[in-house]
Amino acid sequence: MAEINIKQVAKRFGKTQALHSIDLNVEDQEFLVLLGASGCGKTTLLRIIAGLETASDGEVWIGGKRIDKLRPKDRGIAMVFQNYAVFPHLTVFENIAFGLRMQKLDQSTIDKRVKRTSELMHIDSLLERYSGQLSGGQRQRVAVARALATEPSVLLMDEPLSNLDALLRMEMRAELKTVLAESKTTTVYVTHDQVEAMSMADRIAVMHEGEIVQSASAIEVYRDPATQFVGSFIGNPPMNFLNAKSSGNGEWNIEGLLLQGPSDRTAIQFAIRPEDLQLCGVKSSTESNTDQLIEPDKLHATVRVIEPLGSHKLASCKVGDALFRVVLDSDSSVSAGDVLALKPLPDRVRWFDPESNKAMA
Amino acid sequence: MTPVTLLSRGAVVLLCCWVLLPIYLLIVNTFSSQADVSGFPKNLIPPMDTENVEFFMGYFGVGKALLSSLKVAAITMILSIGAGAPAGYALSRFDFRGKNLFRVFVLMTRAFPLPLLALPLAVMYIRIGLDDSVLGLAIIHTVLALPFAVLITYSLFSGIPIELEEAAWTLGCNRFQAFVKVIFPLVLPGIAASAVFAFVISWNEVFAAAVLTIENRTLPAFLLQSLGTSPLHLKFAGGAVMVVPALVFIFLVRKYLFSMWGIANR
Repeated sequence: MAEINIKQVAKRFGKTQALHSIDLNVEDQEFLVLLGASGCGKTTLLRIIAGLETASDGEVWIGGKRIDKLRPKDRGIAMVFQNYAVFPHLTVFENIAFGLRMQKLDQSTIDKRVKRTSELMHIDSLLERYSGQLSGGQRQRVAVARALATEPSVLLMDEPLSNLDALLRMEMRAELKTVLAESKTTTVYVTHDQVEAMSMADRIAVMHEGEIVQSASAIEVYRDPATQFVGSFIGNPPMNFLNAKSSGNGEWNIEGLLLQGPSDRTAIQFAIRPEDLQLCGVKSSTESNTDQLIEPDKLHATVRVIEPLGSHKLASCKVGDALFRVVLDSDSSVSAGDVLALKPLPDRVRWFDPESNKAMA
Repeated sequence: MTPVTLLSRGAVVLLCCWVLLPIYLLIVNTFSSQADVSGFPKNLIPPMDTENVEFFMGYFGVGKALLSSLKVAAITMILSIGAGAPAGYALSRFDFRGKNLFRVFVLMTRAFPLPLLALPLAVMYIRIGLDDSVLGLAIIHTVLALPFAVLITYSLFSGIPIELEEAAWTLGCNRFQAFVKVIFPLVLPGIAASAVFAFVISWNEVFAAAVLTIENRTLPAFLLQSLGTSPLHLKFAGGAVMVVPALVFIFLVRKYLFSMWGIANR
C-alpha cells in the first residue's frame, strides 16, 4: 500500500535514449497502465521501478522512501513476468511460498497465505503440480498468486496476458481486475494492448519514444487525445485526421466542410473518431449525376472498402487524398464507390497543431 | 524406397559398423579364454569367461594405476567444473568487453597439440616440483577439459530464462541466493553431465600422463608402457577396462554433450 513517485527518470543504452526524463506519480491503490507500442520504453520504466534495470538519471520513490539504489528484494515490490517465470523445479505450493520463505515467515503463516492466494486465483486444486503440468493460463495464475502472496506495497506486471489466447485473455482480464481491486495494491501494468489498458486501468499513461505523452483516465485518453500519436494509437479503428485550410475569422475549410475552430493559427488539423460521424446521405456510384451538391456542413467521402464486422460496418473512404474511416450501422446498404455525406458531431471534433502534433484547446 | 533414402540408410549402417564392430570384437575377445582369442573360428557370442579380466586386474601395478587414474580424473572433474561453470555463467548472463574474444581464447587452448607443449611443460613441472604427481597431471587434464566445461555450462545457463532469476530477485533473493535456490537445481543434471565429460577426458588422456608421470602412472599410461609386450588376450582385457567405463559415461550424458554444439538439449 504505497504511492510511487518517479522523478526525472532517464535511461540510456549506449547511444540510444530509451527514456527521456520521465515524471510520473502513481497514487496509493491506483491501477496505472503503461501503454505503448513495442520499443517505447514502457517495460524499461517498469524494470527500473522493479530494480532489474538501473536508471541513468532520476529518482524513484515508493511510499515516501527513495528506493532507486536498493536491490529488488528491498523495494517492497512483486513482479509478474510476461513468460510467467514459474520455477519449474518447484510445485505450485512452493512457488507461491517462495517469497514467504525468503521473508522467513513461520510455516502456519505460509500455509495460510498460500491457501488464501491460491483460492483467490482459483488454483487451490493444483498446489501439488509442477509448472510443466499446467496450462498457460494456470501458470499465469500461479505467477500472480506468487506475487500477491508476499503482500507487496507495489505490484508490477509486465504484459502478463500477452502469451494467452484471445478468449482466455478476456476472461483473465476481468478476473485480474476483480482480484486487484480487492487486494487494494498499487499496481503498474505494462501492455501494448489498448483494449486491455482501457478495460482495466484507473489511469492510462501512454508512452511514445521514451516519453509519457498523456496520462489520464481511459475515456479521457480516448476522447481527448493529447497528441496525434495518442489519437491514432488508441481506438480501433484509429482517429481520422484531415488538413484544414483557413477561410478567415476562425473558420476552417476541411475538403468542403466549413467549421468554426481556433482562430489564432494559419495551419491546423481536423480530427474526429470514426463513430462520431452522422450519415446524412448516400450518393450511389451508379447514379451518373456529376453535378454533386456540395453542402458546406457535410464532409463528402468516397467509399473504397466496406468491412462488415457484425455489430457495425467499417467503411474505409477517401476524403480528398486522405484515408478516412467511418463506422456505419450494420444495416446500412452502402457499397464501394458510393459517396457519403457525413456530418461530424460538433462536440466530438478535435483540433491539432500540425507542427507540434499536440491537441489544441 | 528412393535411391536417396537407400543411400542414407546404407551410410547409417556403415557408420554404425565402423563404431560398433571394433567394440563388439573387443568384448568378444575380452570374455573369451586365452585359447579362443588366438584361435579360429571366433565365438559370435562372448562365452563370458572372466579369467582374462581377473588376471589383468590382479596384474602387478594395475590396481595402483587404476587408483591414480581415478584420483586424477576426480580432481580434473572438480577443477574444471569449479572454474568452468562460473565462466559459463558469466558468458551467458553478462555483457562485457572482449566477450567474443574470450570465447575464442577458450577454444584456442585446444589449438596447440599436446606433444608440442609436453617438453616445455615437463621442464617447468620439474622446476616447480609438480612432476610425477597426481595434482600436476590433473592440472594439465583440467586445461584439456576446461574449454568443454565452459562451453557446455554456457549453453546450460543460456537455456534458463533470465526471468526466473529476476523473479527470484523480486521475491527476496540476492544474486547468490537466486542462483542457489533457482538456477542451480535446474542446471544440476547438466553440470553433472559436464563433470562426467571432464572425468572421461582425463580418464582417456594418455600423452601427458605418459610424459609427466613415472611412479604415479595413470591406467592409460601404464597400459601404454606394459601392454605392448603382453600377450594378446591381456591386451584385449586391458582395452576393455579402459574403453567400457568411458563409453558408459558418454552414453549417459550424451544429450547434454549435444547442447554444446548448439543442438537443443530438451
